[in-house]
Amino acid sequence: MEIAISIITGLMIIGALYAIHAKDLLSAVIACGIVGYGLVICFLLLKAPDLAIVQIVVETITLIIMVAVVLDSSREEKYSKPDGQGYMAIITSLVMIVVLFYFFRMAIDSLDVFGSGSLRMAGPYIEGATEKTGSANLVTGVVFDFRGYDTLGEATVLVTAVLGVLTILRIKGKK
Amino acid sequence: MKGMTVIVKKTTQLIAGMVFLYGIYVIIHGHLTPGGGFAGGVILAGSFILLILAFGSDFMHLTKEEAGSTLYENLAILFVVFLAVSGLLLGARIFFLNWLPKGNPGELVSAGVLPLYNIFVGIEVASSILTIFLALVIFKEEISE
Repeated sequence: MEIAISIITGLMIIGALYAIHAKDLLSAVIACGIVGYGLVICFLLLKAPDLAIVQIVVETITLIIMVAVVLDSSREEKYSKPDGQGYMAIITSLVMIVVLFYFFRMAIDSLDVFGSGSLRMAGPYIEGATEKTGSANLVTGVVFDFRGYDTLGEATVLVTAVLGVLTILRIKGKK
Repeated sequence: MKGMTVIVKKTTQLIAGMVFLYGIYVIIHGHLTPGGGFAGGVILAGSFILLILAFGSDFMHLTKEEAGSTLYENLAILFVVFLAVSGLLLGARIFFLNWLPKGNPGELVSAGVLPLYNIFVGIEVASSILTIFLALVIFKEEISE
């Protein structure tokens, strides 16, 4: 399973890199879709169907919206040569990659095996959740009962985002 | 935005209702099967977006739609907060208290207030995503007029 997830993650990285460098914006948007749908397969392999459903639906809707936006505006991306500051940025990012890789390598040694450490925290939730909440789906019980504040925060963030979109995009005032 | 051909319009008319029903199914069975308010709400918004993309923006009066979806979105988030506060008023005075009777786990009417949270969060997510899409369509056409 880890090999399959590694292959899919590699494909996602290739898709993201292609999306940055594509000249046609429509193909860049489609390449962004590789990242989202690869994440769906990763969630399914890790046995998280709730997250997979949410991810596949949200990815489809955002892809449709972005394709509609790209088809309405221009499809060409402006290209500019990197100047002196551009090479400086490349060198800085290479140094940062080496430093981050070194410290992540150090941090991996002190981590638990994948999937074993988090169960200590989730143990009380898994044991008594069905009796405490009455919900057959454990995820809904955690999301709306134990972690209700998180869900309220997410819903508030969505409302605030919609208010921001309406405020920024509205050019003529209401009569 | 212009509409599409007759074939696309007829297929959309057949499919959009089923997509809408599937979204309602995912929301209502959120406490039994995978899915829930967020996923079902986005599916509901998807059926509306399908119709708007197929029929173009002339077919429906989209400005009126946008006013309605904004209203439903604000009402739904208000009801979520109201349900959370109702746990504070009734019973053990805890925010987000599950104060309704639990019932048998696995039945459709069970789990106390969790299905109500699912329904209101589903309405809220559906109308927010529909509002964002409508804003992208409407305000661009206001400029070109």
